Amino acid sequence: MLAETLRAKQREREILLMTHIVMGYPSFDDSLRVVEAMVEAGVEIMELQIPFSEPIADGPVILHANQRSLQAGSSVERCLAFGEEVAKRFDIPFLLMSYYNILFKYGVDAFAKRMAEAGLVGAIVPDLPPEEADEYLAAMAAHDLAPVFILSPSTTDERMARITRVTKGLVYCVARKGVTGQDTSFSDDLDSYLARCRAATDLPLALGFGVKDRADVDFLRGRADLAVIGTQTIRVVEEQGVEGVKPFIEGLRPPLSA
Amino acid sequence: MPEPGYYGQFGGSFIPEILVATFEELVQAFEQAKADPEFWNTYLKLMGSYSCRPTPLTYAENLTRHFGGARIYIKREDLNHTGAHKANNVMGQGLLVKRMGKGRVIAETGAGQHGVATATMAAKFGFDCTIYMGEIDVQRQRPNVFWMERLGATVIPVTEGTRTLKDAINEAFRDWVSAMDDTHYVLGTACGPHPFPEMVTWFQSIIGLEARRQVLEETGQLPARIYACVGGGSNAMGIFSGFLDDDVELVGVEAGGRGLETGAHAARLASSDASLGVAQGYKTFFLQDDDGQMKETHSVAAGLDYVGVSPILSHLKETGRVRFSAATDTEVVDALSLTIRKEGLIPALESAHGFVQAFKEAPTLSHDDVIIINQSGRGDKDIFTVADAFEDPGWKQFIRDKAKEYDAR
Repeated sequence: MLAETLRAKQREREILLMTHIVMGYPSFDDSLRVVEAMVEAGVEIMELQIPFSEPIADGPVILHANQRSLQAGSSVERCLAFGEEVAKRFDIPFLLMSYYNILFKYGVDAFAKRMAEAGLVGAIVPDLPPEEADEYLAAMAAHDLAPVFILSPSTTDERMARITRVTKGLVYCVARKGVTGQDTSFSDDLDSYLARCRAATDLPLALGFGVKDRADVDFLRGRADLAVIGTQTIRVVEEQGVEGVKPFIEGLRPPLSA
Repeated sequence: MPEPGYYGQFGGSFIPEILVATFEELVQAFEQAKADPEFWNTYLKLMGSYSCRPTPLTYAENLTRHFGGARIYIKREDLNHTGAHKANNVMGQGLLVKRMGKGRVIAETGAGQHGVATATMAAKFGFDCTIYMGEIDVQRQRPNVFWMERLGATVIPVTEGTRTLKDAINEAFRDWVSAMDDTHYVLGTACGPHPFPEMVTWFQSIIGLEARRQVLEETGQLPARIYACVGGGSNAMGIFSGFLDDDVELVGVEAGGRGLETGAHAARLASSDASLGVAQGYKTFFLQDDDGQMKETHSVAAGLDYVGVSPILSHLKETGRVRFSAATDTEVVDALSLTIRKEGLIPALESAHGFVQAFKEAPTLSHDDVIIINQSGRGDKDIFTVADAFEDPGWKQFIRDKAKEYDAR
């Protein structure tokens, strides 16, 4: 379902945008205004991160946002309620992103049930490889949610096949080694990597980690289906406030021709 | 068949996809090393010539007389080079790094022992070395930072989170994710994703192998009980693994901090405050809140001040093979004081936790019984921390005078 929704949107836009926020950073009010600005600017899908005290796959910018959100008192329940609110209010798909302990402590099936009730369409759990994911996969399937898994340049073809078999909605392709928010030098290596990802699955490919401006998005046109803008939007909010979000997102792609 | 890396329901490998290939390489290198008797021989030779192994098993005659019960023996891991059992793991992983052909090592450190041991190993083997250390620990453990830097390591203070051990582990993982081609992460304890719990236990099992042989030679019998402090669990797993199949009671002692009832402790297995969770790449008991966020922990001993615990120990607790208790900061300082006076031995504050429980139980046992305490490290080189724990007035004055002397220059 999610894959079809994205494919339909691709009839208007060759490259889609998936943006990321850490819920409750700098505040839930601001988070809501950021989502609103992103939707208005034409973002096709969003990841909403529930902050975790040990976010090992995230770089300094998102790590800091996790810490600040928790210090301000963000709870899992508050984040789920926020997810429900935006899913009701805005007509784009929303994914949850968090670390496995958040789901595990809540109860994996109960968490999936709550996500489905909230109108969220799927989840990204970066520290949960498919080998450890039996319970999660069963819960996501039972509630008709998309488990989004991650591929990396060091993932073998054989493993790509195994991962994409259990992935639904879209596949998240990490552009390079490292944590979120570092510069990626987009290169020929990336071409061959994305070609391997493409060969492994018919699902839309989202390319993440390091996409930060129009040039990066232009480069991905024809190579990936979605560009993931994560760390850079947090930087924009930190530097320019919520007001900076809409112009930043709009500047990433040429305007839709009327 | 149980899944590899699982101990009952504990352990596993919860890692970002980007690290999967690196872990596969590590598992393979470890399996090959384990299957190669030459590797273990090289390890024994290195530990014998570089780190005073086998470490002695010392009969604590005066403490035995003092308590009037079981005969107390002390396994002297404090006599390792760099002053703690940490050397066993670090030198073993160093040999593995050489086999893998990598040129850079990184490590987390809490109290600084593991950082100093890793920096020492890197100096000996000619590796580049980066140590991640929580900002608070950098402030508390300056002497260890001094030595790491002298040994050629770069020490990076971690300013996020609680700025202690767990945050240093997260930061080391972040480094590794960006640099795994040439870098090995020397995890310091029997925690983390597979194969670390098994691999660290394997290198530390040298303690138990020696202790079993020594106690039989010395007393002609197996000990009734063995006591070891438990932070991550590596020294405990090391000595316990020599006796798992014997009729020997194994006792792990965690940090009771200001008392279990205060919440200011690091007792994951000896209290009911911890619950099952998944963090830092593995499943075990964590001190966490209902949302799954990790809590702050407390101990007078920085090396025990950690939110998680070895998945192997969680399993051994569940099966009833290992019994767990906790020692408070105050009890630890008293036990340390007594050991110094009676035996002229200076255990690290961490190790002194094991002594506390042994001292409580020794009088209840018979003189025919033997018990072993694992003295995992030495306390004399942690003079700043130990002097603080004793609130020694003469020492405080010395530091004031020394500061004045620097200011006057």
